[in-house]
Amino acid sequence: MVYENPDGVRIGLEIHIQLNKLKTKMFCGCSTDYHNAAPNTHTCPVCLGLPGALPVLNKKVVEAAIKVGLALEGEIAEETQFHRKNYFYPDLPKGYQITQYDFPIVSNGKIVIEGEDGEHTVGITRAHMEEDPGKLVHIGSIEKSKGVLIDYNRSGVSLIETVTEPDMRSPKEARRFLDKFRNILEYLDVFDGNLEGAMRVDANVSVHWGTRVEVKNISSHKGVERALLYEIMRQKNVIRRGGKVSQETRHFDEGRGVTLSMRTKEEAEDYRYFREPDLMPMRITDWIPAVKETLPELPDAKRTRFIEQYGITDMHAKSLTSKIMLADFYEGVCAKGVDPKIAATWTADVFLGELNYRDLAISSYDGEKIGFIHAKDPRIKNSIKVSDMVELVNLFAEGKISDRAAVEVIRTMLDTAEEKTPSQIIEEKGLFKAEDDLVTKAVAETIAENEAAVQDYLGGTEKSLNFLVGQVMKKTKGTADAKTARDLIIKELKG
Amino acid sequence: MAKWMSVAQVKEKIEENSAEEVTAQYLEAIGKSKINGYITVSEKALEQAKKIDAEGHNGPLAGIPIAIKDNISVVGLPNSCGSKILEGYIPPFNAHVIEKLLAAGAVILGKTNMDEFAMGSSTETSYFGPTANPWDLERVPGGSSGGSAAVVAAGEAPFALGSDTGGSVRCPAAFCGVVGLKPTYGSVSRYGVVAYANSLEQVGPLANNVTDIAVLMDVIAGYDRKDSTSIDSKIEYQKALVEDVKGLKIGVPKEFFGEGIHPDVEKAVWNAIHKCEDLGASWEEVSMPHIKYALASYYIIAMSEASSNLARFDGTRYGYRANGENWHAMVSKTRADGFGTEVKRRILLGTYALSAGYHDKYYLKALKVRTLVKQDFDRALSKVDVLMAPTMPNPAFKIGEKIEDPLTLYLSDVNTCPINLAGVPSLSVPCGFTDGLPIGLQIMGKPFDEPAVLRAAYTFEQNTDYHTKRPSEVA
Amino acid sequence: MITKEDVEHIGWLARIEISEQETVEYMEKLNSVLGYFGQLDELPTKDVTPTYHVAEIYNVFRDDVVEECLPQEVVLANTEHKQDGAFRVPKIG
Repeated sequence: MVYENPDGVRIGLEIHIQLNKLKTKMFCGCSTDYHNAAPNTHTCPVCLGLPGALPVLNKKVVEAAIKVGLALEGEIAEETQFHRKNYFYPDLPKGYQITQYDFPIVSNGKIVIEGEDGEHTVGITRAHMEEDPGKLVHIGSIEKSKGVLIDYNRSGVSLIETVTEPDMRSPKEARRFLDKFRNILEYLDVFDGNLEGAMRVDANVSVHWGTRVEVKNISSHKGVERALLYEIMRQKNVIRRGGKVSQETRHFDEGRGVTLSMRTKEEAEDYRYFREPDLMPMRITDWIPAVKETLPELPDAKRTRFIEQYGITDMHAKSLTSKIMLADFYEGVCAKGVDPKIAATWTADVFLGELNYRDLAISSYDGEKIGFIHAKDPRIKNSIKVSDMVELVNLFAEGKISDRAAVEVIRTMLDTAEEKTPSQIIEEKGLFKAEDDLVTKAVAETIAENEAAVQDYLGGTEKSLNFLVGQVMKKTKGTADAKTARDLIIKELKG
Repeated sequence: MAKWMSVAQVKEKIEENSAEEVTAQYLEAIGKSKINGYITVSEKALEQAKKIDAEGHNGPLAGIPIAIKDNISVVGLPNSCGSKILEGYIPPFNAHVIEKLLAAGAVILGKTNMDEFAMGSSTETSYFGPTANPWDLERVPGGSSGGSAAVVAAGEAPFALGSDTGGSVRCPAAFCGVVGLKPTYGSVSRYGVVAYANSLEQVGPLANNVTDIAVLMDVIAGYDRKDSTSIDSKIEYQKALVEDVKGLKIGVPKEFFGEGIHPDVEKAVWNAIHKCEDLGASWEEVSMPHIKYALASYYIIAMSEASSNLARFDGTRYGYRANGENWHAMVSKTRADGFGTEVKRRILLGTYALSAGYHDKYYLKALKVRTLVKQDFDRALSKVDVLMAPTMPNPAFKIGEKIEDPLTLYLSDVNTCPINLAGVPSLSVPCGFTDGLPIGLQIMGKPFDEPAVLRAAYTFEQNTDYHTKRPSEVA
Repeated sequence: MITKEDVEHIGWLARIEISEQETVEYMEKLNSVLGYFGQLDELPTKDVTPTYHVAEIYNVFRDDVVEECLPQEVVLANTEHKQDGAFRVPKIG
């Protein structure tokens, strides 16, 4: 099957990611751990742009950029350098941004995603290093602002800007691209996508192979799909009404889920790029082999290995490798000698499903426990131990608890902060699978007490059987295995 | 106390009396000044001297007072760069060279006057008014480090730090009859020095004699991890003070003796070259055909870099702020009011030279010409040890004489700015007078060959008495 | 030759407010300097590589080691326009 792309949609992305796993900023020793800090407490003369202060490049930034380049199968420039992009904005303390221009460190890469019609390659035009500006808070709303407060804690944090080819054909492909990209970055251990503002996306989108519209300022991951769906609908409607899509930059209003035309500036910007004279060029070819050696196993390779090594389905392997921390957790569980297939079901289907249902995102794995945090409220966080998952999988595999009980255990572990083992939870909630004679007794009682239903069932009303099973479950407080109860009833009534 | 003292003499005085007393005497001289050389006099100088007395005079510059150009950051002292736009700005950090000076025990007397953001050759563009030349109070001291040169010449500091982007140490040194060195690019850290043109400038010392230049260089030069353009040259400057030029090969680039040169300047410089010959050196003419393009190349590069460097002065975080209905209007007004005319001209020209459609015609072209100028130096210096030429084609001009026409003013940098394009070291040493005004001999060397430059300058100085002459106007 | 419109445009790019009268003055002075710069045109430089920097240094890095930041009160000490630990400026547009 070939995806026909009926609306002729072309989407390209420009993605800024913060190298927030680095300890310090790009050009100074200020800590990047500013997310819960008071304004302007993580700054120094360099990132405040005080007169006379000079930048010195953090080596880890270059190393991270090389890693990204290698992971995207791109070309790493033999010689690369920084430029100044000159423009005035209050979040930019020097009046220019140190960035890269005609010699980006990475070019011509690619990411293969699961597209509308199977594997689909998205080209990476370039990836380059640049510094983050500070953060502005508008007093009142942006439109009716009474003034602006500036916090330079973010100023100078390292960014990698990645520009794709317009190779995505639907908002879904754009989201899948971002999921995959983020996953790769987390594998490389240069990026933590859970921190606020860690990934910011600008998209360019056109329909019917027409004029490109830029949609700026999409801050959330999920926002991309919404913004693009809206923008495509808008462009299609403009054309349907006989209008023309104009080339412009639009702003995504996250709250309302719409894109809005940005007021055009009175004059076009002219960034007057020139080489940053305070920084020396880099020759990094000799460095690449050493960085290559430190590259971890990347998602696609891990997925293939999981299928081979653990005998699990591709669906499970894909799901388990969709986050490095989840993959490591799964392997941690398997290492304790449990059945990897059962472990895959309980990790990929149940555990991950319950996390998503609760809007919880995996945020850490330390070899002993996997941590997760609420996507919107960072105060809500919890963790589950490898040993707990092992115990749970074993209890289930040994038939000591029902699947319903196991789900209940996982839910309890996610929802309570108390550190309790699955056995303790099962004990407290009385979730152990009922003894067979208990079930037999409950079946006998049920048949005796529900004459009418029994007659209905024997008369051919199948529904009545479900009622009877329900009664048995009620009597056993849910500890009976439903299938066992059903079989017993049929055996009693029909021999 | 004699008004003009070498560092060695100051040291003796400190041992005889105290750092406190020596500092007090300099502060007294500054109090009576007729030249407007200081923008800020440090209130902490005496306290600092007392502390050094109490600690027992440790460090190579223990208790020795020094004047600092007002674009070099010192904690607690305003750093105006001679501009209104930095009104009230006090840096919370020291420049690397200041850290080095303080560690060596130096006492900071204050911050000296300069052309606004070092853009000028006369110290007239300062928001704080012009500095007078101690040799003739109606004349300019040169610039942009005019304050630093003038206070040394007037005996208001034993030595000083300036910065040299296109001649800003050597020009005022020549006009004020003192010694000034523009070190090889990379030898002195630029950290904490407010940038005018990053790829061209270096901090440089100004002093009454060549020895003191070397003393100061031994303290301020060296690698700084905070300046990515810093280079560890490991030069021992005082060791280069050898009174012997036998076998030294001098090149004389005829392009530095172009039209418009004052005949007395030409004569004095040739006399100096012949003096060196008498002392055992040899000389030959060398040709540097691209020198005549250096000035245009220099100004395009400097203005381009400056237009970007000075963008941070937007009234947002420090300094002067005008009122404006929105941020962009506030910034435009702040910069209109806060910068002087010459600074604005250079920002506009630099902006133009980098703008779409003109980048290649001006900026890129200038960088290519820079290559040709540098090759001229490489070629010339492959045959000789040092080059000698006039620092300035003319002696100090009258205050107000050139301020109206920027181009005329720019032309006075014709002999100094090529050096910055090439990044080589260059020193100006007094070599004569014309109508009571000092003349400077410029000695240029190979990159990191300050020792050859210092050796030539020191030998010339030890065998002449120009450096002992003092201006009577301020005596 | 630089025009009045050019002066206005670069004045905007450089965020320097220029009055009507100043525009004419700048135009004259800037043109005289640009005229002088024009002498570079006579020099053929097609095959010349530009020199951005005389120092031929490559790969200057620092290690990823945290250093002390400035205290907030020091950061804000050079302005009176502040609020809640932040710099305060007028609305942007």
